[in-house]
Amino acid sequence: MIWFVVGILLTALSGVPGLFYQRHGEGGERIACLLTLTGTGCALFAVVTTLISGNNMNLDLTWSIPGAALSLHLDPLAAVFLLPLFLVVATGSVYGLRYWSQREHPGNGRKLRLFYGLISSAMILLLTASNSVLFLVGWEIMALAGFFLITTEDHKEEVSRAGYIYLIATHTGTLALFGLFILLDRASGSLMFPASHTLSATGSTLIFLLGLLGFGMKAGLMPMHTWLPGAHAAAPSHASALLSGVMIKTGIYGLVRLTSFFTEIPVWWGWTILLLGAISGIMGVALALAQHDIKRLLAYHSVENIGIIAMGLGLALLGRSYHMPLLVALGLAGCLLHVINHGLFKSLLFLSAGSVIHAVGSREIDHFGGLLKRQPWTGVMFLGGAVAICALPPFNGFISEWLIYLAAFQPLKQPASTLGMAVLAAPALALIGGLALACFVKVFGITFLGEPRCEAAARTHEAPQLMLLPMAALLAACVWIGLLPTTVMPLLRNAVADWSLSSTTTLPANTFAPLGWVSLAGWLLLALLIIIGLWLHHRSRNAPHDVTTWGCGYRFPAPRMQYTASSFGDFLVQLFNFGLRSERHGGKVSGLFPPDTRFSSHTPDAILDRMLFPLFRGSAWCCRYLRSKIQNGTIAFYLLYFVLTIITLLTLFIL
Amino acid sequence: MLGSLALSLTIHLTLLLLFAPLLQGVITKTKALFAGRIGAPLLQPYYDLIRLMRKGFVFSRTTTWVFQAGPVVGLAVPLLASLLIPFGALTAPISFEGDLILFVYLFGLARFFTATAALDTGSSFEGMGAVREVTFSCLAEPTVLFTLLVLARLCGGLSLNALFGSHLLDAWHSEAGASLGLILVCLFVVLLVENSRIPFDDPNTHLELTMIHEVMVLDHSGPAFGMILYGASLKMMVMGAMVVRLAMPWQTGWWLSDALLFLAGLIAMAVFIGVIESIMARLRLPRVPQMLIGTSLVSIFALVLVLR
Amino acid sequence: MIELINPLLLAVILINFFTLGSARLGACIRMVALQGGLLALLPLAAHGLSGHALFLGASALILKGIFIPFLLLRAIREVRIRREVEPIIGFVPTLILGALTTAGAFIFADFLPLIAEHREGFYVPTALATMFTGFLLLITRRKAITQILGYLLLENGIFIFGVLLSAAMPLMVEAGVLLDLLVGVFVMGIVLNHINREFSTLNTERLSALKE
Repeated sequence: MIWFVVGILLTALSGVPGLFYQRHGEGGERIACLLTLTGTGCALFAVVTTLISGNNMNLDLTWSIPGAALSLHLDPLAAVFLLPLFLVVATGSVYGLRYWSQREHPGNGRKLRLFYGLISSAMILLLTASNSVLFLVGWEIMALAGFFLITTEDHKEEVSRAGYIYLIATHTGTLALFGLFILLDRASGSLMFPASHTLSATGSTLIFLLGLLGFGMKAGLMPMHTWLPGAHAAAPSHASALLSGVMIKTGIYGLVRLTSFFTEIPVWWGWTILLLGAISGIMGVALALAQHDIKRLLAYHSVENIGIIAMGLGLALLGRSYHMPLLVALGLAGCLLHVINHGLFKSLLFLSAGSVIHAVGSREIDHFGGLLKRQPWTGVMFLGGAVAICALPPFNGFISEWLIYLAAFQPLKQPASTLGMAVLAAPALALIGGLALACFVKVFGITFLGEPRCEAAARTHEAPQLMLLPMAALLAACVWIGLLPTTVMPLLRNAVADWSLSSTTTLPANTFAPLGWVSLAGWLLLALLIIIGLWLHHRSRNAPHDVTTWGCGYRFPAPRMQYTASSFGDFLVQLFNFGLRSERHGGKVSGLFPPDTRFSSHTPDAILDRMLFPLFRGSAWCCRYLRSKIQNGTIAFYLLYFVLTIITLLTLFIL
Repeated sequence: MLGSLALSLTIHLTLLLLFAPLLQGVITKTKALFAGRIGAPLLQPYYDLIRLMRKGFVFSRTTTWVFQAGPVVGLAVPLLASLLIPFGALTAPISFEGDLILFVYLFGLARFFTATAALDTGSSFEGMGAVREVTFSCLAEPTVLFTLLVLARLCGGLSLNALFGSHLLDAWHSEAGASLGLILVCLFVVLLVENSRIPFDDPNTHLELTMIHEVMVLDHSGPAFGMILYGASLKMMVMGAMVVRLAMPWQTGWWLSDALLFLAGLIAMAVFIGVIESIMARLRLPRVPQMLIGTSLVSIFALVLVLR
Repeated sequence: MIELINPLLLAVILINFFTLGSARLGACIRMVALQGGLLALLPLAAHGLSGHALFLGASALILKGIFIPFLLLRAIREVRIRREVEPIIGFVPTLILGALTTAGAFIFADFLPLIAEHREGFYVPTALATMFTGFLLLITRRKAITQILGYLLLENGIFIFGVLLSAAMPLMVEAGVLLDLLVGVFVMGIVLNHINREFSTLNTERLSALKE
């Protein structure tokens, strides 16, 4: 336990020594990186030893605040969320050495590192906290440090706007959490987290709804995702990786932990989460398809993946309501494994996208092109992440989605009940998968393949090794889970058992047995690919490599003729136009010899720009109108208010 | 145990590797007969493959290694997928709970790399083909899942062997027969879409603008192009195996007659595809998504019927 | 004969989907004709060979399978309109609406207080679904001809109900319904003719110009 606390402290303070270094010095960032690595290493050591020993780790210290206690509790469920966190934090801090070096960013480098360490330690703290007050303290530090990470470049207007939207959203969530913990305190009698399966679900409707609002806001479940795309696009890439890969998962952790407290789960909880998950998944990926900014696109994919995770959780909750242990096990295992996987491949994608942005100096996909020749390794990393996030074998995304699919097939065994409708999760997942594939073909193809679309893209060079190594570590983790899924299964099995099992039911022993076969198929696929690939490479080694692409008879193809990101997405975006409502300008040609025309399309966020802004604008107008009526400057009216107030108070007193 | 596995592996791979290109030949022959021509010999696809394998390569200077990865994945995936699917009454060599998802996603992998290889050339035509390919298959994917759900509902297991097991014959005669009929139609439509056949795609048109799959592979040459063609015919046979097994769920009990029955079914299917290609025109491009959504609705309807 | 019923009804539902999704007017008319023909088989399949059933089947075949489609096909030839359906809302949304109403019909039929023998097959849901499809066609299409197709589908739905009850239903009622339809088609034909002469198009939307 001491190692764990030391780890938290070291990570939290990692940015502090840097404050005492001069603006352009490199010492501060090196110390920060070293401290973060040591801190995560210590904490990782503590977690691993605890897991191996098979016991849960507890720490209880008193705290002077009433109702609060410094109590940390580490169980497999928390470990599932902690392990990817350590990796992402460590790789991100190494990556940041070159991506956001003090020399290039003397103004905000120190601030970035300070809050990077703070948010990491806050997350470790809240994932292990077993006291409501401690949890909220961690939650709030995380939220505020997140705000400062997002507004690293606060001189840009778009960045500060994204930051404020995030701040409003996160505090709405925190408000809900305050309500939630007060109600929990009423229900269980103390501010300590109740043990799992102790609370009765009757009368806990409000608890669930508040939890859904507070945690769902953080997780970015649609329609509470409004802060997410802007914030993740605005932050520096390794901070985006941390926010997207790990921070939004704390919302999922909250939901999982919250639902573990109850003995019985009402049916509608599961349906709500399943439905919200499906909506987030489908609309998230459809919105992603319509984006031209690579980081906004990746951010919308976070909404999609959170949707997939929520679908797994929803299925598991349904399994508990209907007493189907297999459904619970598969759904929750899929959910938790996807939490790990998404943390890994989304960070990988953000880091490699960051290395592209670093080199080209733009976030527009349509400015890239042909980068695989200039940044071969970054390209390989991005390709790995893209294949993993599309849930294609033999990478890790497939394993978790496979588990969720199996869960979605389970209700077939209980037909003729409303549970049967849950099988619709499978086709929804298939649609999400197909759209995600289209989207990542687009991103990878337009960014890395073809010819450079602008000068800057043609002049780029490979990222330095300090940026490549962290990505390689993440890619290795993705491949490892994809090819050897059986190695993570014991952890997941324990977590699932903690969450779901009362003493009466037991998990079937062979629930995850087919994973061995999946891993075998992965290896077979790899072997086949290598054999055929080597053969083709061998055959084509002397082939000429200097002709132009076949242009259907046209001899002088130019980079501008290539397919662009907008044209690639257009077909699908138009199919989803009923939900996306893209704005399209120009593009119409008429006449036999049409003049030059331009075409542009823009897809604003369905909830934020279409609903919330008009709503808030409308209510602001309303309030202004009321103020101008009430606050009209005539003294007589103010006296009237006095009298009215007194009369009202008196009436209340009498009543 | 190991012996029977080796036996079924050999039978599966022999059937697949030897007979896959024949289907293409049967289709072209049928179309030729319909048009009143004699047509190319049945074995023409084999001759084409052999000729392509002897040729050299030409690569565009725009391309990278991703361009070569397309054909590699396109060939490896149907090979592996064939091991998961029963060929008629011959059960699949590799079978486990949930292999159906692996089956579906393997083809997703192939699609990913074919489409990226197309984008690697930097040609707008190939980009166009890539868009259409990913768009149409993303609409076809829910249909596949719905049909799999119907089949899984009928058998209770979750492996392709169980889904296409011997219970299908009884299921056809029971209440569920109607659903099976519907999903047979849906699977056939998916087969036509995924293998770029008329009315969704015309592999033989002379205009790059109107093609889907063929336009993506415009720049491939020599053995790589041969691998693509061979991979496409393997894919057609593997996906055709589902349709054939669903339409002809009989089994004889002896592996040789089972294999012959399966091949006869495949050839009948190829003839049927040829007939369709002869009597139908290609759909207008905006109509294809409508058609696919209609198919998914029919498959949802089939699922509702069995869940009822 | 009994086992023919469910496939027949299923084919009827598929034809519903087709008419909702197809853009070609000629194909739509032929499919509705085919539906009429299939429905003509229904009384025979349900009640066996009897005079009553034969009469019902024959009249349905002649009127719905041959005569009215013939009139319609002649009409689109004569007035030389564009042979494309012009939907007010797109094909995909109508298809989805059609699927929803069909699913709704199946769910609703489960809740109806039916006698046990009617509960089994697809009779009631198919009849409801066909009627809903007819309504959808009436609501979402512009041309007068597609509106007639909508009426035809509506009548087909009623006919399926009628077959269910044909033992109890006097012949005269059924004949009356068919006659109604025929008169309806004639009236529509006259209206069609007039719209065509007045506006040289067949869009019923132009009729709204008469609202003053």
